Amino acid sequence: MTDLTRTATTDDLAAQIDKPLSQRKLPRYFPWVSILVAVALALALTLPGETKLGSVVALAAIAHLLITGIASGTVEGSRKAKDRIVTALVTIAFGIAMIPLVSVVFTVVNNGRHRFDAEFFTWTMFRVVGEGGGALHAIWGTIIVTLVAALISVPIGLLTAVYLVEYGTRSRLAKAITFLVDVMTGIPSIVAGLAVAAFFTLIVGPGTKLGIMGSIALAILMIPTVVRSTEEMLKLVPNDLREAAYALGVPKWRTIIKVVLRTSVSGIATGITLAIARVAGETAPLLVTLGITTGSNFNPFDGRMATLPVFAYYEYTRPGIPAEAYTERAWTAVLVLIMLVMLLNLVARLISRVFAPKTGR
Amino acid sequence: MSSPTPTDDRVELERGAKRPGDKIFSGTATGAGVVILLVLAGVAAFLVGQSVPAFTADAGEIDGGDGLVAYIWPFMFGTILAALIALLVATPISVGIALFISHFAPRRLAAGLGYLVDLLAAVPSIVYGIWGIVVLARWMGPVYVWLADNLGFIPFFAGPASITGRTILTAGLVLAVMILPIITAISRDVFLQTPRLHEEAALALGATRWEMIKYSVIPYGRSGVVSAAMLGLGRALGETMAVALVLSVSNVVTFNLISNANPSTIAANIALNFPESSGLDVNVLIASGLALFVITFAVNFAARWVVARSGVKA
Repeated sequence: MTDLTRTATTDDLAAQIDKPLSQRKLPRYFPWVSILVAVALALALTLPGETKLGSVVALAAIAHLLITGIASGTVEGSRKAKDRIVTALVTIAFGIAMIPLVSVVFTVVNNGRHRFDAEFFTWTMFRVVGEGGGALHAIWGTIIVTLVAALISVPIGLLTAVYLVEYGTRSRLAKAITFLVDVMTGIPSIVAGLAVAAFFTLIVGPGTKLGIMGSIALAILMIPTVVRSTEEMLKLVPNDLREAAYALGVPKWRTIIKVVLRTSVSGIATGITLAIARVAGETAPLLVTLGITTGSNFNPFDGRMATLPVFAYYEYTRPGIPAEAYTERAWTAVLVLIMLVMLLNLVARLISRVFAPKTGR
Repeated sequence: MSSPTPTDDRVELERGAKRPGDKIFSGTATGAGVVILLVLAGVAAFLVGQSVPAFTADAGEIDGGDGLVAYIWPFMFGTILAALIALLVATPISVGIALFISHFAPRRLAAGLGYLVDLLAAVPSIVYGIWGIVVLARWMGPVYVWLADNLGFIPFFAGPASITGRTILTAGLVLAVMILPIITAISRDVFLQTPRLHEEAALALGATRWEMIKYSVIPYGRSGVVSAAMLGLGRALGETMAVALVLSVSNVVTFNLISNANPSTIAANIALNFPESSGLDVNVLIASGLALFVITFAVNFAARWVVARSGVKA
């Protein structure tokens, strides 16, 4: 609407004819200049009082939006100005999301490093009061509970995905399962824990706390993730491969195991690793199903078990004396937990990168 | 077992295959699928079974002395309030990030930036909880004081402002951080699925990048974003540890977002009280868990229905 050719005077029109498609534009480096000016402005505004990083960044963001809007609006017209403002807004949105990520990682590493020592990884909390002690029992607990959860959920999830893709295509049962698996993804983790607790109250008695209960609760949370990711991977296997196997007279079940699953193994492994990473950090279901102990317990069928998230929770919320010792242990437990989860995520990416399917797709 | 439709040529191929190995394998696979249905039914059944004593108990026996509904109601209110705050904060930001990654960021960086956002989802909830107390609540403290002083006429910010910053608004913000990745991931996938020709046609007509997005990407992705937001809402409703840690609770029903008196949420209440409960209290907590299950089930059900209708993979 503010096209230059319409508002220009005759002189300008003559110039326009030489360069008919040109339009006044801000230089390419304009956004960077705008950001610099905005930061300078924000600093100038906050310097007289107390300078806080948060307020400077917030002011700079607003100033950047204003500068961009005004400069572009006067030079390039309102359409281009809107485009630039949206670009800035969208970039700011991304920046906002990075604040908690950076802050969480920084805070956890900064607070967790105090107790990131040998004692933390070799001691339990058995007969430890106050300073010292470690989380060996909780680390083992997390590993055992998560592995048992994986042992339960991987076969069920894998076979269900095989059923959905290979056997149940278009059947009503398959449709129902697909839909309910999707809905199951949204079960709150604490509800899964509660359901398992309710189940064991019925069959064993009230107040039961066992490692296996935690594993079952985590398995309930894992199954939908495993099913979904495996299903996607199986669907990617080209039908030609299946048909080639059938043409050679291979039975269907051998085709599935030797051809379909073999082709998609890297994708399935990635999905399972991500699912494990997702449940390894769960706290709520473990809090209601397996409680906490001070010593090691390697038997999931006998008594309470300590796990890293629950350990961190109790150390942080029920500190003894001196409180710093407990808080520091909590931070280190959280640091170890984050490292474990990030490691699993990294492993998942590596699996999918290194063992990518060689189907020529 | 497969019930072949004559048009499906893959099923045709397999008609002869009725060896024992096949029967066993297909039987196990079908069995696994049925197990999932049983698990889901079991979750519902055990919750219902164990909450029956709470339904039938006298009103006076339940914590608070006014019956089950009066006990659960403040938690229900808090759950919905915190989740709505999270949704209101997270949705616009997520859509922004999704657009940034799908249409604005340099093509080469986009995948890496997307992975950074996904990392937010990998952080365990207990970490967000402790971070919420130690970092976010302290950041928000002065902001709440400012809000109470300057915007106190709005009921939401009536104050008096909490000095610790451990309010329902802080809890909502932590929840917003936690649901950002899922809303972003789904919205991004939807935006990336916009037909290339629509986008190019808009650009060829002289649209700026924003106009192209406004007229081709957003109309195409709208239902996907709605369902992404609903899935995020479902997650926020059920999120436990972050709220349990951040909130200082006093079980009131209030819209005042920044004061010391905050409604708790169902999930947080269970996490805080279940380990030390016994007898009827356990049944009451399980009944409140059942209420949470029903709400999240309904929200997720609706979200999946929207997804299924729009034909977008989530």
